[in-house]
Amino acid sequence: MIQIKDLHKSYHMGSGSLHVLKGINFEAQEGEMVAIMGSSGSGKSTLLNILGILDEADQGSYFLDNVPIKDLNEKIAAKYRNEFLGFVFQSFNLINYKSALDNVSMPLYYQGVKRKLRTEKAMHYLDKVGLADWATHLPSELSGGQKQRVAIARALASNPKVLLADEPTGALDTTTSYEVMELIQGINDEGKTILVVTHEEDIAHMCKRIVNLKDGIIISDTIVQQVSAKQQANV
Amino acid sequence: MFKRDRWIEILEALNANRFRTILTAFGVFWGIFILVLLLALTNGLRNGVQADFGDFATNSIFMWSQGTSMPYKGLPKGRRFNFKLSDVERLKQELPELKHVSPRNQLGGFRGSNNVVRKEKTGAFDIYGDYPEFIEQQPLDIMKGRFLNYGDINEKRKVAVIGRDVIRALYDTNEDAIGSYLKINGINFLVVGSFKPSNTTGDDEENANMIFIPFTTFSQAFNRADNVGWMAITAHDNVSITDVKPRIMTLMRELRRVHPDDARAIGHFDLAEAFGRINGLFTILTVVGYFVGALVLMSGAIGISNIMLIVVKERTKEIGVRRALGATPREVRSQILQESLVLTIISGMVGIAFAAGVIWVLNAILDQVGPVENFANPSVNIGVIIIALSILVISGLLAGLIPATRATQMKPVDALRID
Repeated sequence: MIQIKDLHKSYHMGSGSLHVLKGINFEAQEGEMVAIMGSSGSGKSTLLNILGILDEADQGSYFLDNVPIKDLNEKIAAKYRNEFLGFVFQSFNLINYKSALDNVSMPLYYQGVKRKLRTEKAMHYLDKVGLADWATHLPSELSGGQKQRVAIARALASNPKVLLADEPTGALDTTTSYEVMELIQGINDEGKTILVVTHEEDIAHMCKRIVNLKDGIIISDTIVQQVSAKQQANV
Repeated sequence: MFKRDRWIEILEALNANRFRTILTAFGVFWGIFILVLLLALTNGLRNGVQADFGDFATNSIFMWSQGTSMPYKGLPKGRRFNFKLSDVERLKQELPELKHVSPRNQLGGFRGSNNVVRKEKTGAFDIYGDYPEFIEQQPLDIMKGRFLNYGDINEKRKVAVIGRDVIRALYDTNEDAIGSYLKINGINFLVVGSFKPSNTTGDDEENANMIFIPFTTFSQAFNRADNVGWMAITAHDNVSITDVKPRIMTLMRELRRVHPDDARAIGHFDLAEAFGRINGLFTILTVVGYFVGALVLMSGAIGISNIMLIVVKERTKEIGVRRALGATPREVRSQILQESLVLTIISGMVGIAFAAGVIWVLNAILDQVGPVENFANPSVNIGVIIIALSILVISGLLAGLIPATRATQMKPVDALRID
């Protein structure tokens, strides 16, 4: 699903430049659930941004579902983001003047889906994250966990190939974190490829594979025994 | 381009900060309000001043004789002379561009003594000797009876056509003037018609004080022989009287044996030129109106542009999220552009409507208090509204352009990073 070869990325800051990614080689198969770990400054967010076509690598190749991601213009990048990728952010990034339902239907809006079908689909995903009753509520009327669940529904709405989650539980307390992870695990069980950037060990162990990043290179890549978020919550 | 979904998007975004939206809109509202009002007031001034010209055919000159200022062919300088009736014929013959050449004579006038008597009532009025075609040059509304005709001219009938105010002064109410007799300077005239000035806002007092009698009768009754007091000359519609004027003057100097270079011997007033000058003045006033209005409107548009810049800055993250969700730069750009356009147009239309309301109230007040000097019927036509609207659309687009470009300049990753 995802193939990365020899990926380099550096940021230019004033006179000097900061080499963030120093040759990343990484592959993820369909249906995998990978945690990308690392301390801050390790380059994990940069990697995720490149994977999310929000940023571009300086060097190396990136294939997403066998499509080369290289030198895309913004229009095509937007199309790929819409079709291939679903984003979940640490700070939810819901649009605060739109209802939960409208937030979820955003990707479908940009896909050009008709309003009626859009609402139907959005409702389906809201129901999937258990927030069907909250469809008309504004983000400000929802709790953190609910917001993140709306964001997950939004990420799923366009039925992307890969779900990219950047610290999805970073702004949530432990209980809510596990609830959100339980939801993400459920989505993975249905076959969706998921990449989770996190620095929390317990969250990482709820994935099936952990990639450790340090100073711009992968220092370890191990398959782990997945911990069920549901069980963890009940401990 | 304007789909229902897009509309909802735009209205939601504008509604998200309603107070600011309204304040921003006020700038444009005010601008277009001033623009439309200025143009309407200019128009009112123009209407008022043009009413002073009355309905007189504007492609006309008036011409009268003064004393000569140069000796010529043995004749001394300072000689008084009169136009003759034969000059009228020569003018008509030699200058086919002229539509009407009306010789005129006058009795009485400004602060004249009483010259008209009817039974025991007397009054001072302007008595004009005229040809029938004069009514083509100065339209009059005949209320009763008729105007002068060539039968009157040829037979030198002692008939008179009198103004409304003459009737008011000399007749009892409900008394029929037609068929009665008036004594003008001791000579009896039969009243055959009455008139009122055909425009209502002009100087109607003076115009309604007039009595018209046949030119030939005037000459005979008041011993003018074949002398002509002055002439009212109108050119055909497709030629300018100002262009023909030098030839009229040359011919008249020749006929009256005046030195060809003696410009002071024949006086004239060029109505077309005066009218043109006034019109030119109002064209300039209109341009000034547009200019000032457009500047005020521009400051409103700059306000919108400013706010949209802030909006874009505030919504940088939102724009980043939208782009992560698949919004193309084009979509982001056109949304910002359309938000600015919708804001401009809606506030502009409210401004136009409000200005229209004020103009309406102004007109209602004017109707109540009666005619005001040099001001009448302030109004704007649909053309002005269309121009104002297109200025709005253009300024809305311009106002949105910079913010819209700014919105898509940033890479999505940087936009998302902002908190």
